[in-house]
Amino acid sequence: MERLRRYSRRAFLVSSAAVAGGVAFGVYAVNSPPDNPLLADRGEGEAVFNPWVRIDGSGITLITPHIDLGQGAIHAQAVLIAEEMDLEIGQFATSFGQPSKAYWNTAMGAEGVPFMATDQSFAAESARAVLGGLTKLIGLQGTGGSTTMPDSFDKLRKAGATARETLKLAAAERTGIPREELKTQAGAVLLPDGSRIAYTDLAADAAMLDPVQDVPLRDPSAWRLIGKPMKRIDIVAKSTGTLAYGIDLEKPGMVHATVRTNPRQGGGLQGFDDSEARAVPGVRDVLEITGGIAVLADNTWAAFKGAGAVKYDWGPAPYPAEQANHWQALEASFTDDLLDSTWRDDGDVEAAMEGAEVVTAEYRSPYVAHAPLEPLNAIVLVEDDLVEIWAGHQLPRQLQILVGAITGHDPEQVIFHNQFTGGSFGHRLEFEFIKQTAEIANQVRGTPVKMTYTREEDFAHDFPRHIAIGRGRGFVADGKVQAMDLSVAAPSVLASQMQRAGIPVPGPDIQIAAGAWNNPYHLPNYRMRSYRAAELAPVSSWRSVGSVGAGFAFDSFLDELIHAAGADPMEERIRLMEHDVSRKVLEAVAEMSDWGSPLPPGKGRGVAFVESFAAPVAEVVEVSATERGIRIDKVWVACDVGTIVDPVNFENLVQGGVVFGLGHAINAQITYADGMAEQTNYHAHEGMRLYQCPEIFVRGLENGEQVRGIGEPPVPPAAPALANAIFAATGQRIREMPFDKHIDFI
Amino acid sequence: MQATFTVNGTERQIDVPEDMPLLWVLRDELKLTGTKYGCGIAQCGACTVHLDGLAVRACQVAARELDGAEITTIEGLGTPAAPHPVQAAWIEHEVAQCGYCQSGQIMQAASFLDLNPAPTDEEIDAAMSGNLCRCGTYSRIRAAVHTAATKMGS
Repeated sequence: MERLRRYSRRAFLVSSAAVAGGVAFGVYAVNSPPDNPLLADRGEGEAVFNPWVRIDGSGITLITPHIDLGQGAIHAQAVLIAEEMDLEIGQFATSFGQPSKAYWNTAMGAEGVPFMATDQSFAAESARAVLGGLTKLIGLQGTGGSTTMPDSFDKLRKAGATARETLKLAAAERTGIPREELKTQAGAVLLPDGSRIAYTDLAADAAMLDPVQDVPLRDPSAWRLIGKPMKRIDIVAKSTGTLAYGIDLEKPGMVHATVRTNPRQGGGLQGFDDSEARAVPGVRDVLEITGGIAVLADNTWAAFKGAGAVKYDWGPAPYPAEQANHWQALEASFTDDLLDSTWRDDGDVEAAMEGAEVVTAEYRSPYVAHAPLEPLNAIVLVEDDLVEIWAGHQLPRQLQILVGAITGHDPEQVIFHNQFTGGSFGHRLEFEFIKQTAEIANQVRGTPVKMTYTREEDFAHDFPRHIAIGRGRGFVADGKVQAMDLSVAAPSVLASQMQRAGIPVPGPDIQIAAGAWNNPYHLPNYRMRSYRAAELAPVSSWRSVGSVGAGFAFDSFLDELIHAAGADPMEERIRLMEHDVSRKVLEAVAEMSDWGSPLPPGKGRGVAFVESFAAPVAEVVEVSATERGIRIDKVWVACDVGTIVDPVNFENLVQGGVVFGLGHAINAQITYADGMAEQTNYHAHEGMRLYQCPEIFVRGLENGEQVRGIGEPPVPPAAPALANAIFAATGQRIREMPFDKHIDFI
Repeated sequence: MQATFTVNGTERQIDVPEDMPLLWVLRDELKLTGTKYGCGIAQCGACTVHLDGLAVRACQVAARELDGAEITTIEGLGTPAAPHPVQAAWIEHEVAQCGYCQSGQIMQAASFLDLNPAPTDEEIDAAMSGNLCRCGTYSRIRAAVHTAATKMGS
């Protein structure tokens, strides 16, 4: 038990007086007035303060509970604390901390409410508050949905401000100088005579004080860090091969492993022959796990070879075996019985289109793999009184519950050491790889097990983005778009994913409609309905989730209607846009791209606008139609996130989002044959490569009132903007991803 | 089988199966984890190292080919305190997002610039397109290669 005590949650959730010689600050009381009924469920193990800042005599550690998936989350979280705390980059370490209810995501609930992000009405705000409260009640700690900045922006600045003022109070008590006469700078309290007392020197004193609360946040004009170009704190390590990702870790006495489970996801293992595998040099053992086997070995290579040498008898897939059947299921889902929700019903589309010449079109988006470059991996050690996990994951508290259920431990006994990750794009919302490692480790208790997927296993168990079909009917007159009736059918990604997470999601699936219903246009007649197909292949959130497929259908169809009306694609979008912040985004991208200026024959521009995760994004793509195919020349992006924390990282994320959106639109899909994904490695599911990458110009606007994330929102407009540009250049309208099924690219 | 070869200027001896790829020799046997596993079939470039001065995919070099070879990995190219000009350019442009592909990108770029000190955009495209970046940092990679060329030329 000694070890468990060493790792107990109290070690990470300390009240201000709990650490010998150290202090931790939080903002729980600041954010949560005492009359908040949700405070009543605080248990023995919950501290009064939620620590984001820990100081002892040797140094300062900032807790950054949002995981780094490549988006710079650690850097951005640390900057928010450091801004108010008067710390310089380089004066602190960071830690993911331990999973805790205290780190509940204050922003994750907001995306799920059936109110447009632009709707600030009482009903909308009430719904957000209720869902936010539920998120808090279950203590949902998570990284995803582009929520790291919305969740952290106020909370972490308050944490930094509380720490700063409490350290000043400690200095005041030591020196007798009133706190109001003290200043702070670069990790120290400044006395009026110019002398300095380092924060670390004040830690033991501060630990005896009640933290100063209700500290006002600084005016943006006083910011030293936020909004200024800066070096990401992980950039040197990531440029010199010195950052350890989960896959790079080693624990004393560990055994290497890999798993092979039924590539017909969810199908069972009916039998296997491991005699050849056991003869592979370096293979130690072959174990059965749920749905497959694990090979234990002296090194990763031997484990991979061993898994390849096993003969498997896989059971059938619990979903249609052939891709054509998946599409047929969606085609048959546009029925009253399967209507999931009517998200918009402005005007009267039926009356508007009655007897009129109606424009119709259908759009498809395929299954697509997340395929982050670091194959999924985990180290798990199971002992009688605790479990330790080293891995990168986006939902740490659900992970503790699910692993504890396998090993027979309480969630509190499951110690989770989150790790830097080589990407995710949603893949690390899934639990299978860590559950599998826990199953192995549970069979070899006392030995740490490092499990690494082969790339092929990773593709076979990617839990790809869901497929979707969008069907539009529309009517134009007088040079204007008059009516649009858009229906989207898809299986429920939230139901599939949250079922595995153990989180119930009642009600309609907002992700079937996301990217289509929520764009703040005012069309005289607009109806948007979602249809929920039966669950097919298991699917999961893929960077920007439903907004890719539904956004592609929405904006492509809007573009078709605008062309049918004979209007200018940019001018008509701007005319129809009723949300000021979004209109400025469109106007900015028009100005950046010199929209309307003449282009030589064979070139074309397309614009698209999709709002996702409450961030409006407009993109203009310019293409050349060459003899060998389409070349993407340039992309201009304008988006509004309210406040840009790090402009360099912001630009990088937007450019990356455009590449992600374009690359997959061009050439990537997962298709099923005999129940298995046909694409087994990057040769068959490439995404964009460098030679295809256009020049990408980015402008971030800050007109929005609230801070928004930028990890996902640049992705959805990319595909429709490209399709619209190809139409402008060639007259060919592409309504199905991947586009290379219909046209070549160079 | 046994092999003796040089890694980052230090002579190393290994005793591994002859078909073990250099990638796993480096990562699991020699504990040099800066070289990354991405695909295992030379499709992503994350495991790029220098073999006798040329960029190769470590997943495609078997242990049996290593005797007498000179290998340079990202750890031997430069350090945080003394980065190689390519690494300095990568830091200056803040290329990395998740960073997992960047060891391979940097090793590819360093080898390429040794051969072609003043490349055009088209030459950069041709040389760097075998290295996949799932985060999509290509714009910055292009710019950083140009900057590195300038640094190395001066």
